[in-house]
Amino acid sequence: MADVFTQRRSDNAIVAEGLVKHFGTVKAVDGLDLVVPYGTVCGLLGPNGAGKTTTVRILATLLTADAGHVSVGGIEVLKHPDDVRRVIGLTGQYSAIDEYLTGRENLSMIGRLYHQPSSYVNPRAVELLERFDLIEAADRPVRTYSGGMRRRLDLSASLMGRPSILFLDEPTTGLDPRSRQQMWEVIGDLVKDGTTVLLTTQYLEEADRLAEQIVVIDHGKVIAEGTSDSLKNDVGGDRLEVIVSADSSLDVAAAALASVSDGAASVDVDSRRVTTPVSGGSTVLVEAVRALDVAGVHIDDVALRRPTLDDVFLTLTGHVAEDVGAQPVSAKKRRGRGGKEA
Amino acid sequence: MVSTGIPTPVEMKRPLLGWLIHDGAVVTQRNLIAMMRVPEVVFFSLVQPVIFVLLFAYVFGGAIPIPGADPEAGAAAYREYLMPGIFGQTVAFAAAASTVGLAEDMSKGIIDRFRSLPMTASAVLFGRTASDAIRQVLVLTVLSITGFIVGWRIHNGVVDAAAAYLLLLLFAYTVSWIGCWIGLHMRNTETANTAGLAWLFPLTFLSNAFVPLTGMPKVVQTIAEWNPVSSLVLSCRQLFGNPTGIIGDTWAQQHAIAYTVISCTVLIAIFATLAVRKYRQTAS
Repeated sequence: MADVFTQRRSDNAIVAEGLVKHFGTVKAVDGLDLVVPYGTVCGLLGPNGAGKTTTVRILATLLTADAGHVSVGGIEVLKHPDDVRRVIGLTGQYSAIDEYLTGRENLSMIGRLYHQPSSYVNPRAVELLERFDLIEAADRPVRTYSGGMRRRLDLSASLMGRPSILFLDEPTTGLDPRSRQQMWEVIGDLVKDGTTVLLTTQYLEEADRLAEQIVVIDHGKVIAEGTSDSLKNDVGGDRLEVIVSADSSLDVAAAALASVSDGAASVDVDSRRVTTPVSGGSTVLVEAVRALDVAGVHIDDVALRRPTLDDVFLTLTGHVAEDVGAQPVSAKKRRGRGGKEA
Repeated sequence: MVSTGIPTPVEMKRPLLGWLIHDGAVVTQRNLIAMMRVPEVVFFSLVQPVIFVLLFAYVFGGAIPIPGADPEAGAAAYREYLMPGIFGQTVAFAAAASTVGLAEDMSKGIIDRFRSLPMTASAVLFGRTASDAIRQVLVLTVLSITGFIVGWRIHNGVVDAAAAYLLLLLFAYTVSWIGCWIGLHMRNTETANTAGLAWLFPLTFLSNAFVPLTGMPKVVQTIAEWNPVSSLVLSCRQLFGNPTGIIGDTWAQQHAIAYTVISCTVLIAIFATLAVRKYRQTAS
């Protein structure tokens, strides 16, 4: 295994094999394997608590794995973390920038800590500030910035050392739709420039939009892997969602829908919702309504929608992607911020 | 990233110690800029010691006789005696700023960012202790002016006075390391606020800062005599030429300056080691 690892390591930007990380009794990462070729974007998709952030923190040298091999940029992370730090950039879930410093001062500080001379740091800071539309706010303290501006400055900071490998931990969580769109464009540009990107996300849409390779993880393990198309094929096509009126039976509704569905229907008693995978576009909607009518089921709402992360999880694991909550270390690190961590 | 811009990273070679100083200076500068941008913090760190001066000088002053001082001088002698005590207490409280500052950085993502950079890890701590000690220069300046107004004077010339101020800064730097070590154990800034202050009250009150040691029970007096705050304050009284009260028999009291320097050096060695180790461990 070690020899295979050596070979893979020289061919790929990120290689992790059999990664394990415990926090006390909690197994945050449990035998995770990951290979990301140079110049590609890999999306790590999973619910809160799946082990996404822990994985990124191990790859970015912030945590030490309990077991497994890790190499980033062809360098063994455990043996030479300092060499790894020279080639990576990290943007965490929360802005790692200094409130009281200006945008320019923040970037300049990071550049100097990358051990670069001011002949590099100053023009590079200006270049990034311009590129991320922050040049006008460059000399204002960050505490006057909006959420989207902070996120862009945070990303600029991780680009100060021109990393060839970039880790983005939930880069758009908490952003408004416009800022999210901007962020996606920026990440797209980076990839065009040849940067290898590993990003984590809870949104299938985001992984779909940005990553050619998507790795779905749950309970610290990879449960599916592939392009977004191949994953969608695994998950199946659209979902038909029916909200059943209070006077009708959910079971009868589920049985009636069997004739139009591609797989097993799931029933959520609390919201009186029956969800079932379907194919065939809008005609299936008509058929479904007719079938429900014949069965005498009254409905409040019916809709056709694209598969979501929940569907991926339901299909792949048989359980809903539930919010597992914060892990011990994460909770300690991120107190007072909702403890949202994966 | 292979981008369109001109700037390209270069490889700069420096010995490890060189990088530690470089990175420490960058972090120090960052902390000082942040401090200047929040004038409230500076303001309140000045107000507390000034209030102490006024309280002790005018409320307790007349009630605390200084053994060995001219009884006629009374409250005025106490004010001369008091000021080095206030200096000592104030620099000791520099530790709390380090505890809170570090806990705050840890609670934000900034320490994670630092850890992902090829910088010297311990520079975060060296920068924190340096900037908190430098802040004390400002505090000591304001305190000295306040002291001058209430009647405190420097009697022994510039060299001795400079030595006294240097000792105070050395002590501030020392407790700042202890504060860092505590801060690294804190789970949030609220706890850090409490824990950062809790140990400082016994540390500073179990000393000769405000009252002569001769009035204390024997056991307490011995502890207080070996308390580095006492030797620091006594050193300052000697160097400034202020009343010292009766000097104890212990080596720490008899050789106050030497004991202060030695205990600071030992404490820095211990707590810098512990803090750096803890900082590295917190990563994994």
